[in-house]
Amino acid sequence: MSIDPTQDYFSLFGLQRTYAMDEAVLEAAWHRLQSQVHPDRYAHLPDVDKRRAMQWATRVNEGFRTLKKPLARARYLLELAGVDVGVETNTAMSPEFLMEQMEWREAVEEARAAAEVEELEQLHVRLLHHARDVRAELGRQIDVDHDLAGAADTVRRLMFIEKLQHEIDEALLALEG
Amino acid sequence: MAYSDKVLDHYENPRNVGSFGKDEEGVATGMVGAPACGDVMKLQIKVGKDGVIEDAKFKTYGCGSAIASSSLVTEWVKGKTIDQALDIKNTQIAEELALPPVKIHCSILAEDAIKAAVADYRKKHQA
Repeated sequence: MSIDPTQDYFSLFGLQRTYAMDEAVLEAAWHRLQSQVHPDRYAHLPDVDKRRAMQWATRVNEGFRTLKKPLARARYLLELAGVDVGVETNTAMSPEFLMEQMEWREAVEEARAAAEVEELEQLHVRLLHHARDVRAELGRQIDVDHDLAGAADTVRRLMFIEKLQHEIDEALLALEG
Repeated sequence: MAYSDKVLDHYENPRNVGSFGKDEEGVATGMVGAPACGDVMKLQIKVGKDGVIEDAKFKTYGCGSAIASSSLVTEWVKGKTIDQALDIKNTQIAEELALPPVKIHCSILAEDAIKAAVADYRKKHQA
């Protein structure tokens, strides 16, 4: 077993380079690779081989983490295609989207301050549905329309949405805990 | 991560938080967001007839550095013309607040918020 470090994660896992992903197939490929590179198999070999096995195992796990999460997978696909998502530098989201984000944040902040657990749970559900729609849009843009610039914008939006989800979960945890 | 004293000061006593009425004379709004951390920033400027920024307000959802960066620029833009306001660079903000490298994007966000507010003002006052 050896791993070509220049090979991308999709090839490493023997998968098509698409956003659509059968998680069961990904997991099966991960287990297969993991068993091939598991450090225990190299325990009797010299240190240099053990170290390489460790590096392979790390790469396999990083690949799995990257491909498993829709947002990370989309970012990775765009990176492979040479599209810069500009997460640090691109601040020019559409004003409507940002206004909506601000309203969401205000609603979460108010609900948290007033300890309205039910309100927070409703926000949580609404946001889940919204995130599902946005992920579906991302899939269409990447796999069907090959609109990578559009996909980069959707990835940036999804990053805000996931952050918001995190805030709601945190608020719920704080109130229920 | 430890915040600098200046960041803490702006974070604990933010200047000029709030909003102007949407239809107030000379008011322009800049909305920006940083995908990396999910921060959202709204910066409003109130420009007088002479083109000088009389007042500024902000509302930011984000970390301490993002709040401090926006609070600071509301102070800095006051008394400046809109052209002078555009000269404010993120590096000056980062330096003033002693932001660590991982928080530089907060200062970029504040600079971009000024640009967005000025662009909105120009769009409304083209004639």
